[in-house]
Amino acid sequence: MADRTVLSRSEEVPMTPVQRLMRQLSRGPLHAAIILVCIMWMTPTAGLFVSSFRTRSEIATTGWWTALVPPWQFTLENYEHVLTARGMGQSFINSVMISVPATLLTILIAALAAYAFSWMEFRGRELFFLLVVALLVVPIQLTLIPVLRMYANLGITGTFPAVWLAHTAYGLPFAVFLLRNFFAALPKDLLESAFLEGASHFTAFTRIVLPLSVPALAALGIFQFLWLWNDLLVALVYLGGFRDVAPMTVTISSLVSSFGSEWHLLTSAAFVSMMLPLIVFFALQKYFVEGILAGAVKG
Amino acid sequence: MARVLFDHVWKRFGEVAALKDFHLEVEDKEFLVLVGPSGCGKSTALRLLAGLERITEGSIYIGDQVINDVPPKDRDIAMVFQSYALYPHMTIRDNIGFGLKLRKIPKDEIQRRIAEAAQILGVENLLDRKPGQLSGGQRQRIAVARAIVREPRVFLLDEPLSNLDAKLRVNTRAEISKLHKRLGTTFIYVTHDQTEAMTMATRIAVMDAGVIQQVGTPQDLYDHPANVFVAGFIGSPAMNFFTARVAEEDGALVLDGGSFKVKTPLDRVEEFKEFVGRELLFGIRPENIHDAEFVPRGVSTAPVEVQVDVTELMGNEVFLHMLAGETKLLARVDPRTELSAGDTVEVMMDLERMHVFDPESKEVLRSGAGVSAEDDE
Ligand SMILES: Nc1ncnc2c1ncn2[C@@H]1O[C@H](COP(=O)(O)OP(=O)(O)OP(=O)(O)O)[C@@H](O)[C@H]1O
Ligand SMILES: [Mg+2]
Repeated sequence: MADRTVLSRSEEVPMTPVQRLMRQLSRGPLHAAIILVCIMWMTPTAGLFVSSFRTRSEIATTGWWTALVPPWQFTLENYEHVLTARGMGQSFINSVMISVPATLLTILIAALAAYAFSWMEFRGRELFFLLVVALLVVPIQLTLIPVLRMYANLGITGTFPAVWLAHTAYGLPFAVFLLRNFFAALPKDLLESAFLEGASHFTAFTRIVLPLSVPALAALGIFQFLWLWNDLLVALVYLGGFRDVAPMTVTISSLVSSFGSEWHLLTSAAFVSMMLPLIVFFALQKYFVEGILAGAVKG
Repeated sequence: MARVLFDHVWKRFGEVAALKDFHLEVEDKEFLVLVGPSGCGKSTALRLLAGLERITEGSIYIGDQVINDVPPKDRDIAMVFQSYALYPHMTIRDNIGFGLKLRKIPKDEIQRRIAEAAQILGVENLLDRKPGQLSGGQRQRIAVARAIVREPRVFLLDEPLSNLDAKLRVNTRAEISKLHKRLGTTFIYVTHDQTEAMTMATRIAVMDAGVIQQVGTPQDLYDHPANVFVAGFIGSPAMNFFTARVAEEDGALVLDGGSFKVKTPLDRVEEFKEFVGRELLFGIRPENIHDAEFVPRGVSTAPVEVQVDVTELMGNEVFLHMLAGETKLLARVDPRTELSAGDTVEVMMDLERMHVFDPESKEVLRSGAGVSAEDDE
């Protein structure tokens, strides 16, 4: 292997002004396309955001864009109502209680498995890995009833551990796949050098592989967290819609069904539920982008 | 005692045999260089010794112990990888101390040893940096420092200089030799560069295609190559080879290369008598072909007519690229030569230093007399 530091980013080659101009021009259409896509994706969200600060009657009578011109008549009433009267506060805590442990559990197990698949020699290694990857194509819906039955027998339906286990199991195939590809692309010399210096597999895992894989772990963490946070199906099935354990997705969907169309509440509820993912994303976006790049380049 | 013995070792990767009946004894405190072209199995030999690959057949000993089944961490071997393999997320200090820490050596002892290794390699001021902030040469030193802190029984180096520029390579070569003297540990050093092998080794093992071709001191390999491969591999610029039939002409012997003839002096007839009538492969080093004007005294010369193709002035010597008929020859001659491109002249081959090989088996039939051989006489 050539001399290269792991995860080093490619350095910009200095360019002449002409080259830079040519590059800008050639990128013009690309930029336009990106901006267009962004606008298309952002507009509904912006509409939702503006609407969440308007009163029920205004939402029903005029479009959200009319609120953008003075006189501004925004209100926090919707948020107040959602958080207090409709149990969104409790649901927020439930969502955290479900997503965070399940995400951590997935990453921990996936990382251990991925290490074994990439750096430990054992019989049938390739076959087992193939099986794990094959699980990617099994649809979730197929498993709902058998697993629910099993949970009922064990008497754990409607508890957090039930969803933790379910989420972890559903997330593992992809997580193992992603991490194994990342781990296997780490320079072989690094691990061999560690083994020669007296490292056990556990030491190599904790002291070499994990620290070097922070971008991949963070990216996986964000993916998994978002997926769990936005999940409705699994929570609905295994938690059974009990109010005291219901995550926000379940509560929001009940806003839609039980009270007809309470748009004003729905908009603010949606924003409450988006808050944490947004914070997580922006806090970790550096790793997120790096992780995607690292995975792509090393393939 | 850190003698290392590869006892008839085979290593196969599926169908490919990377090492074939590899038998090599490395003495205690020796600086042995394994040299050979790319893909000949040098790294494989080191990796087997380090325990990073499993032996297919045969045994490896360190001291008197068979280590085939000893895990790498218990072999007490340190290795400098070609890529240096520094841990990018750790400071240099932690890189060097990693192995010691894993061996539960007391903290102050670790710090003392890190400081000592850093001082030997002159990297004290780099200890708090990360590998990414170092130049290639500095990384190379850190890799060596990390290997020596552990005070291993055997020291393995896999092409540690191949990432350095030419000048740094020359300096580092000397430093590694010094380090070897200072540490008094067995060194096994892998390279594909014969110059590195010649300058550093106490003994060299030349490999080709997984097979050891010859083991000996640098001078020994240079003067008495056992076969065509070693003769062509050791020495830079490489030895000239030509095929010729030994024939008798007017009581003298000539080496008839078809498009050219090398006449041998009358007083040397006896030596080549046994080859008369046979077609053989001859080898002569560039420094043993002389400009007729500047033949050193005491050299028994065999003239051959050549056409000078290109001359390269190297300062203290001149390289003459010549054509003897259709055979290309390179001579390294006295800088005072007045020969220039296009000249057709007679140059003198030093018959004493002529090597003769069997064209079938490629084994040596007659070894050219070398410096050491003359000393013996
Ligand atoms: N893990 C492996 N699987 C299959 N073949 C291998 C493996 N490692 C090495 N080989 C083969 O074994 C032979 C020797 O390889 P090795 O790495 O020892 O060569 P080398 O002499 O170190 O070459 P270089 O100077 O290029 O480093 C090569 O033909 C190589 O393709
Ligand atoms: Mg190699």
